[in-house]
Amino acid sequence: MTTHSNNHYYVPHGALYPVTISAGLLALASGFIFSVATDTNKDLAYLQTPGKWMMYIGAAIIILMTFKWLSAVVVESITGQYKQWEDKSFRIGMIAFICSELAFFAAFFGALFYMRIISVPDLAAFDPLFTPYKDFLGTWPSAGPGGVVLGTEYVPGKLTPMGAWGLPAINTALLLTSGATITWAHWGLLKDNRKQLILGLFLTVALGTAFLICQAFEYYEAYTHMGLTMGSGAYGATFFMLTGFHGFHVTLGTIMLIVILLRSMKGHFSAKNHFGFEGVAWYWHFVDVVWLGLFIFVYWL
Amino acid sequence: MSTTTVAHHDEHTDHPTGIMRWLTTTNHKDIGTMYLTFSLIMFLVGGSMILGIRAELFQPGLQLMNPDFFNQLIGVHALIMIFAALMPAATGFANWMIPLQIGAPDMALPRLNNWGFWLLPPSAILLTLPFALALFGIGDGALATGWTFYPPLSIQGGIGVDFAIFAVHLLGISSVLGSINIIVTLFNMRAPGMTFMKMPMFAWGWLITAFLLIATIPVLAGAVTMLLTDRHFGTHFFDAAGGGDPIMFQHLFWFFGHPEVYILLLPVWGFIPQILQTFSRKPMYGYKAQVYSFWAIGALSVVVWAHHFFTAGLPVPALLYFMYSTMAISLPLAVLFFCWIKTMWRGSMSFETPMLFTVGWIILFGIGGLTGLVLADVAADAQYHNSYFVVAHFHYTLFAGGIMGIMAGVYYWLPKMTGHMYNEKLGQLHFWLTAISFNLTFIPQFFLGLAGMPRRIPDYALQFAEFNMISSIAAFVLGLSQLIFVYNIISTVRGGKKATDQVWEGAEGLEWTLSSPPPYHSFSEQPTVK
Repeated sequence: MTTHSNNHYYVPHGALYPVTISAGLLALASGFIFSVATDTNKDLAYLQTPGKWMMYIGAAIIILMTFKWLSAVVVESITGQYKQWEDKSFRIGMIAFICSELAFFAAFFGALFYMRIISVPDLAAFDPLFTPYKDFLGTWPSAGPGGVVLGTEYVPGKLTPMGAWGLPAINTALLLTSGATITWAHWGLLKDNRKQLILGLFLTVALGTAFLICQAFEYYEAYTHMGLTMGSGAYGATFFMLTGFHGFHVTLGTIMLIVILLRSMKGHFSAKNHFGFEGVAWYWHFVDVVWLGLFIFVYWL
Repeated sequence: MSTTTVAHHDEHTDHPTGIMRWLTTTNHKDIGTMYLTFSLIMFLVGGSMILGIRAELFQPGLQLMNPDFFNQLIGVHALIMIFAALMPAATGFANWMIPLQIGAPDMALPRLNNWGFWLLPPSAILLTLPFALALFGIGDGALATGWTFYPPLSIQGGIGVDFAIFAVHLLGISSVLGSINIIVTLFNMRAPGMTFMKMPMFAWGWLITAFLLIATIPVLAGAVTMLLTDRHFGTHFFDAAGGGDPIMFQHLFWFFGHPEVYILLLPVWGFIPQILQTFSRKPMYGYKAQVYSFWAIGALSVVVWAHHFFTAGLPVPALLYFMYSTMAISLPLAVLFFCWIKTMWRGSMSFETPMLFTVGWIILFGIGGLTGLVLADVAADAQYHNSYFVVAHFHYTLFAGGIMGIMAGVYYWLPKMTGHMYNEKLGQLHFWLTAISFNLTFIPQFFLGLAGMPRRIPDYALQFAEFNMISSIAAFVLGLSQLIFVYNIISTVRGGKKATDQVWEGAEGLEWTLSSPPPYHSFSEQPTVK
């Protein structure tokens, strides 16, 4: 067992942030359900507006309370409550959290591989005498054979797949560069070179934002010109689910980077004590790695 | 003797009182108490739901409820028992006991710990709210798909499915937070000198559990998210017409669902040997063998999922692979069984309630394991699949192997937590009533399943009537005898004979060096383990 330089562990005082966030999540979830209840039951259309308001209120509570919770942690950090021992806890916790995030993405990659390798070819391989999908070719990208689903006819759209070497390649370059700039910023922090730290973080935020703008443009193109939507069968579903959740994580990462940038400008972090910075940097690298998987398996191959 | 190893720090003892204490607490004992209380309440809620089911099944024909409501009760019963009764009970013990057992001042991330608990009540509300909404004419009740959410039924279902999806999301966040906390605590908070291979068995059980949760709960979250987008955003993950496949959901679900079984059982396997060594008054047998078996079971549990849907139409090589890998789990499990039995061998045993529950647990869980081996056989499973045989099997693993294990833990640690001895006579009465009525409830279901009675059906053919009647009567005895348990716990919390620090003559470990009940903040200075 490691010997602790200070064998007193800081147990933070109680707070209402967690329970309030949970209440916010309850409002967000039930509000969402009410707002889409009309999908399954036309009589519930009157729930739509109250449901939306519940969602907004829930989201506002969550955002506000997350901000206050993390602010409290920042105050505890700069007043020196967190020493080496607590710092190690945060590190192990962050690693475990990132592992759970990887498992989350693994579910969607699993769905992509399953559809591409098993379900789409299987649908094309039936005996023509016994299948409604006679002319279906099991090639990828596929929007599925079409047919009647739960009482409604599904006609697969004529989609153009997203090529790898246009915007996606630029996006890959953007994210890889941002991984380098945040490491450069970290070197600055370690050398106590504030200028390098702040410039590096600023570049990383800029690159992340540029990535998100490209992504938004790509989605716009897909929906307006390429016939590629969430409803475009196997390809559309996996494409938007994977890139969408990744984009959501980039958005969160960028917000976290902006916070870290502002904190750096205020003079927070020292060469020895900067878990806040490193946690975000690790998260950013994780987002980067997931993107490489996306680029290879969703866009390229 | 309460001060021999503990130096008291009074800095945080000025915690708020009343409701604010429980809403804001960062204390691992408070949070553990909340988890355990929540679990007990939900155990009663889930139990009363299934008594409704057993009442309907008392006779053939439809008497009490329409089939849709019957299905809703079954699905919500399972979700509540698994996610809101068993898992929180194990997490409650982890919160209470892991810091005491490893000599830590608290859990490593106390505020996150608080959030982990406070995600549970909202998810319980989400699970049960659809019933209440249906009374007001909103929607048609809770999810009627069973707890497994299989599409296409879950895509056609009403708002109850959406509520269950989000309940699973919140429960998943809670479990992942709890796991992160336990992993960090075990890696970073052990007392100086306590190496991993000196950790108490309960801590080992929970460490593997936490790894499994981190690896599989997010996959379930992903799967139900795909269900949600299929329902509301026009994706075709589980529609053949779009190139998807309903079977894919089964793969994703059971990739989580099978490790989930071990998530529920590993914490119990952790403290069962501790109870055995206490009441056999000799050290546990094969500590290392048990730890390695935990690892082996944890690793195997994530590669055997398809045995839950052998009949769905998988290619033969896949069937064979999943059959052999499933059967392979019985090897490390057999090692555990031998270690448990060998721990008792030639011990000077006494049979207080925790030990009664533990010995009963070994036998009944053994039946659960052996019937699982039968179900793992692809050819035999073609007959047993989706029958009452499966229901009986998994109640032997999850009620006997899970809940009865948890009860052993409750009787074992309750004196330590409350400082009072429970009523031994009532405890023993509770054990015998539970064990006998449990067997009378589920042994008939093995026969029903072998004779071909399918699960999740509110009506049945006449030839199944007698066995169902026995099963229903026994189920009510089983349910009602849990009230003894509740009464015993409440009266122990309120008073009773003072418990000593060691509580049990043969108890060993750091938690027994503290006073009963332990001080609000224990081990502010860590003890050294030699």
